[in-house]
Amino acid sequence: MADSKQLYQEVILDHNRKPRNWGVLADATHRAEGHNPLCGDHLTLTVRLRNEAVDAVNFQGESCAICKASASMMTVAVKGKSRDDTERLVREFRDLATGKLDAAGPHHLGRLTVFAGVSDLPTRVKCAILPWHTLHAALNDEASTTTEAEADPMQAQVIGGAG
Amino acid sequence: MNLSRTELRQVPTGGLDVERIRADFPILKLKVHGKPLVYVDNAASSQMPQAVLDRLIRYQTSQHSNIHRAVHYLSETATAEYEAARRKLAAFINAKEEREVVFTSGTTDAINLVAHGYGRKFIGAGDEIVLTTLEHHANIVPWQMVAEEKGARIRVVPVNDRGELILEEYLKLLGPRTRIVGVGHVSNALGTINPVREMIAAAHERGIPVLVDGAQAAPHMQLDMQALDCDFYAFSGHKMFGPTGIGVLYGKAAWLEKMQPFKGGGDMILSVTFEKTVYNVIPGKFEAGTPPIAAAIALGAAADYINSIGLSRIHAHETDLLDYATDRVNRLPGVRIIGTAEQKAAVLSFVVEGVHPHDVGTLLNEEGIAVRTGHHCAQPIMQRFGIPATSRASFAFYNTHAEVDALVAGIRKVQKTLG
Repeated sequence: MADSKQLYQEVILDHNRKPRNWGVLADATHRAEGHNPLCGDHLTLTVRLRNEAVDAVNFQGESCAICKASASMMTVAVKGKSRDDTERLVREFRDLATGKLDAAGPHHLGRLTVFAGVSDLPTRVKCAILPWHTLHAALNDEASTTTEAEADPMQAQVIGGAG
Repeated sequence: MNLSRTELRQVPTGGLDVERIRADFPILKLKVHGKPLVYVDNAASSQMPQAVLDRLIRYQTSQHSNIHRAVHYLSETATAEYEAARRKLAAFINAKEEREVVFTSGTTDAINLVAHGYGRKFIGAGDEIVLTTLEHHANIVPWQMVAEEKGARIRVVPVNDRGELILEEYLKLLGPRTRIVGVGHVSNALGTINPVREMIAAAHERGIPVLVDGAQAAPHMQLDMQALDCDFYAFSGHKMFGPTGIGVLYGKAAWLEKMQPFKGGGDMILSVTFEKTVYNVIPGKFEAGTPPIAAAIALGAAADYINSIGLSRIHAHETDLLDYATDRVNRLPGVRIIGTAEQKAAVLSFVVEGVHPHDVGTLLNEEGIAVRTGHHCAQPIMQRFGIPATSRASFAFYNTHAEVDALVAGIRKVQKTLG
């Protein structure tokens, strides 16, 4: 697993085994459901915003390892961040996963660059991005989001299939 | 486990020389991620042997022009080869007449043709369409479109826990308002072979026509339209070692003649004026526009190739592979096979406890193993088993026991990585 392009790196496996910030916040100010009907990934994201900053964020759901690890690492990354910084991370992560952001260039993603490998796997991009879409939806008071939505900028990355 | 299986494994699999056959398929020599390709996604699409590839090239380099039109040499050659391919396919499925073979772009197109040509004409408000829980979306959605438009109702045959259709329930669903039955010959998601012959006979007793989705059957079992007595049978070229973009709709001549055309255009007419257009006779009536000529001819070559091996030998080899794979996967703790029908084609759908199928697929891919993961365009049967998706290995005659071993080793590695 030395190859940096390798998707299932130890940090991802670790977050999959022991997801951080797992659960549902009782006193959430924002909440959204993320759903990927193609593979059945589903997660509930709850956020407590205080003074326009992420005071707490939890997630819970059923998903593949990539989605779960992405959600877990996302909650760690955005905790304590301002709304604007959080939205910037959402954009940067989306660009990383779709191969538009060079992990070697300037960005604020830190360890999240372990997800750079998904950009080579178009069918898995939506798995990594779903938690971030859901966070974006929660912060913007959209009750639910899906990686299949018509207005979804990732739609070109969503691959269906035959038989 | 079972003596007869062990014995079977030692027999040179129905006399099939798999290594010699594999040499016919250039793509099987590929390495993926530095590992030899293990291609077990044949239910999605199979690979083409050199003979089929050569036929495509020969057609394009020395025989190509448009068909059924000009009087020049190439047009006549192309027409003759295209019609020769139709003859081969008619023989391949033992159709009574060549004109009962309509070239389509694939199974989906063929079913849509029937949904439009038969459904829009003969199905009305309050009528019923009988489908099964095992159907591929291609044999669900076109009927839903007709049902919605006409105010008809879709009735669904349930399955038992093994993934077999419950025939008593099927018989109960056949009624005076049933206008058509649509059933898959072999389930793409689970591999179940449905008792289509009995189902057709039961429907015919009540005067109901039957469409069989044969996409998963054509590459694996001997097809005999006259013995089966179905009214329509649809299948795809690319699942039977031919190219994409070509498929077949078999239809009994009496039905095809009664049906309305699906697409309008050139080649499907006898005469056109702005006042009145006279449609062509079958099968031309359903082949508007320039068809995929090269693909049709190559599909004829694929049928020749399958015949050269023999479907009975193919069936024996694939049954042996399925038994072996089922036995090996059953021994893996934490792995559950979905679909355990008595009669099964060489499809192994499974779930790994605690691991999402997409992770299984991605990790197997790193080992060079190609499986399908997801809902297999058959969400109703996934819902029936309460799962969003499975991983599916589907075998062809060119797969080997060593590849099954690689798959099993791959699954163990997945468990180790994500366990």
